[in-house]
Amino acid sequence: MGAVGVAMVAWPLIDQMNPSAAALALASTEIDIAAIQPGQQIVFKWRGQPLFVRRRTPAEIASANAVDVSTLPDPLARNAGKSASAPATDADRVVKPEWLVLVGVCTHLGCTPTVSTPAMPEGDFGGWLCHCHGSMYDTSGRIRKGPAPQNLAVPPYAFLSDTRIKVG
Amino acid sequence: MRIALPLALGVTLGLLASVPAFAADTKRLAPKDVEFEFEGPFGTYDRGALQRGFQVYKEVCSACHGLDHVAFHNMSEEGGPGFSEAQAKAIASGYRIPAEPNDKGEIMDDKGTRLTRAGIMADYFPSPFPNEQAARASNGGALPPDLSMIVKAREGEAQYVYSILTGFHMTPPGGFKVTEGKYYNPYFEGWNISMPPPLTDKGVTYSDGTAATIDQQAHDVTTFLAWAADPHMEDRKRMGFGVLAFLVVLSGILFAAYRKVWKDAH
Amino acid sequence: MSGPSTYNPKSGFEKWIDARLPLPRLMHDTMQTFPTPRNLNIWYTFGGILTFCLMVQIVTGIVLAMHYVANAGLAFDSVEKIMRDVNYGWLMRFVHANGASMFFLAVYIHMFRGLYYGSYKAPREMIWILGVLIYLLMMATAFFGYVLPWGQMSFWGATVITNLFSAIPVVGGHIATWLWGDFAVGDATLNRFFSLHYLLPFIIAGVVGLHIWALHVPGNNNPLGIDVNSPQDTVPFHPYYTVKDAFYLCLFVILFAGFVFYAPDFFGNPDNYQPANPLVTPPDIVPEWYLLPFYAMLRSVPDKLMGVIVMGGAIVTLFLIPWLDTSPVRSCRFRPLMKQFFWGLVVVCVVLGYCGAQSVDAVKFGIPMVWVARIASLYYYGFFWVIMPLVGWFETPKPLPASIAQSVLGDSAAAAAE
Repeated sequence: MGAVGVAMVAWPLIDQMNPSAAALALASTEIDIAAIQPGQQIVFKWRGQPLFVRRRTPAEIASANAVDVSTLPDPLARNAGKSASAPATDADRVVKPEWLVLVGVCTHLGCTPTVSTPAMPEGDFGGWLCHCHGSMYDTSGRIRKGPAPQNLAVPPYAFLSDTRIKVG
Repeated sequence: MRIALPLALGVTLGLLASVPAFAADTKRLAPKDVEFEFEGPFGTYDRGALQRGFQVYKEVCSACHGLDHVAFHNMSEEGGPGFSEAQAKAIASGYRIPAEPNDKGEIMDDKGTRLTRAGIMADYFPSPFPNEQAARASNGGALPPDLSMIVKAREGEAQYVYSILTGFHMTPPGGFKVTEGKYYNPYFEGWNISMPPPLTDKGVTYSDGTAATIDQQAHDVTTFLAWAADPHMEDRKRMGFGVLAFLVVLSGILFAAYRKVWKDAH
Repeated sequence: MSGPSTYNPKSGFEKWIDARLPLPRLMHDTMQTFPTPRNLNIWYTFGGILTFCLMVQIVTGIVLAMHYVANAGLAFDSVEKIMRDVNYGWLMRFVHANGASMFFLAVYIHMFRGLYYGSYKAPREMIWILGVLIYLLMMATAFFGYVLPWGQMSFWGATVITNLFSAIPVVGGHIATWLWGDFAVGDATLNRFFSLHYLLPFIIAGVVGLHIWALHVPGNNNPLGIDVNSPQDTVPFHPYYTVKDAFYLCLFVILFAGFVFYAPDFFGNPDNYQPANPLVTPPDIVPEWYLLPFYAMLRSVPDKLMGVIVMGGAIVTLFLIPWLDTSPVRSCRFRPLMKQFFWGLVVVCVVLGYCGAQSVDAVKFGIPMVWVARIASLYYYGFFWVIMPLVGWFETPKPLPASIAQSVLGDSAAAAAE
């Protein structure tokens, strides 16, 4: 009985630190992607975190598809819209190949990676470079080199129209 | 509910933090080795430079850059630009501040324009843009940073700010392509800066007769911004001198006591 | 050492108090007549200096909390208000901010002194363990405090450090979310960090009380590392060590004041004068200087979980030192081999600090700094887990002096004092 009593008192004290209903309510959002040019990335804010929306060029899509999935440090898609065991093929990380939607949080320690463009290359794989600890991602947002353990997460999202997506 | 705003545009659009640390060829140059009167343990702000620097801020920088943390009453306070109270009041009343709701509860006039009132001593310098989105929209996606803390918020401090302001008038090296809509400034990380060259020779007219060269304006406005970032510097150094003098005397007394107590102990 | 009390209440009031709450007796026995080895050197003054630092941080912190606003939208501006508008606010904040660095400077000297003179060895293991616990609490407090101004470095420092917990398998992500109170570092995080930042210093003060209590059971170690065995070996704490501590404290405060008044942002980072922006990470994020060696260890391992384990292990190792050192001799003065390795450790810690401050891909003098950090981390672990046990077995210590009095006063004087 004593232990039950202590647990009953302790749980509210512990759980009060978890995200509140107000924070959870912000979990879904709609964004307009019409203004993004091919080759460009725009950063939106989703659940207090950066959300990358990148409109990939055919070359970037081709380079993402040219990778042998078995050689990747993290072979899983990490796509909230797919099963947890889905492989990290480029097709399993996008809804439409042209649009790459990612949570812009380095899976190492949470920094925001810097996007790579042909004019300003970042990292060795054309995707992103995290300046904090040197993790490099490819044009599918998959970890290729550095301390990050996982591919950049793909949030749950769906296209409402050609230029509008709902995230969360 | 649409909460997501295209707030921060992509890093490619030239945020200050978009630093290609791995592209060493466009690493910023070390700031120019210029000296300011306020440096060193006894340095103080040059009042003339502060007042002229304020003029440069007001006539040039304030079109895009805010000074959010500086209030008008600071302009006449000790350790500052040394304006009289009347002058500071005149400066304040020259600015239009968004008005509080009038007695009908309105903050807009019939045409939908925001009502304003003249500034008073208690007001802070108004921001040139109503919000970040408006600031970016007017500046090709780049956000002009607030200048209240700019001298402290950049590595290289005053020398960095001075170098940026005077670093435009160089031709880029062969092979370096200035991005469209940007300007070449080798003192800025990445060399492409969104700010057009702000200072021009004789761009302002100083009432004290000082020749308004670009270097002079940069020196003056940097001094003004150094004060804006560190308004209590003179007070701090003065107090520090007193504190250190006190401590040195105290340590002398304590040393004598220490020697006396331990005389026979070893 | 703590022997029978020599307190002798004189007035009726003193007797009345002594019979009810013998606090004056405690003070008398611990701070006045307490027999202290007569050969303590300058490095033994840092205990007093650290007590001073803790008091300065608590007093300035309480004052700052009267003006600070723990809200993500207002925190940065409220700190600027303290710096500009609050009377002497700039002084309070610069003392508090530089005080943290001074506190760590003193604690590192204090810890290396303990290592050099073997102050962690029997019967003083508990003093050492409580000391490492204080150090751990200090790091937590400093980390929470650094987040409060809500500048860029505050925000991203909080992000990186809280993400360390996400390295824990299975439950890591939930722990991180629980710490944040949101899906990322935000307003909820700032509020709880403020609450904890206010709480922890008082916990530290409590553990400091235990640390001093534990110290007063066996009494001070000393630079010779030999036991006190006669009254000639000691002097009463007051006035001998009160005046000595006061003098060196005064010198320390001169250094402290030098930073506060003439280089107040020396230990700071320019990025922290920019308000937190959750969407943009500063190009070079570095923790405060006193955490750099651990940060260098974290980064030297190219795997997330292993990096966190290596960093955490470096601190856990400190708790185990009393049992890793096998030598019967305490002081490195009489340990010619250990002395060399000790200074090697000091150099390695400085090198690690240097590596931690460089960007992750830095190459200095043609050497990638990440490799320097790797070798240095290896030495750090090797020192405690291999060198310490082995050297204790193989080293031939120098002969120890017969007594503290003989060593300090010379043979004849010691004999005359008998």
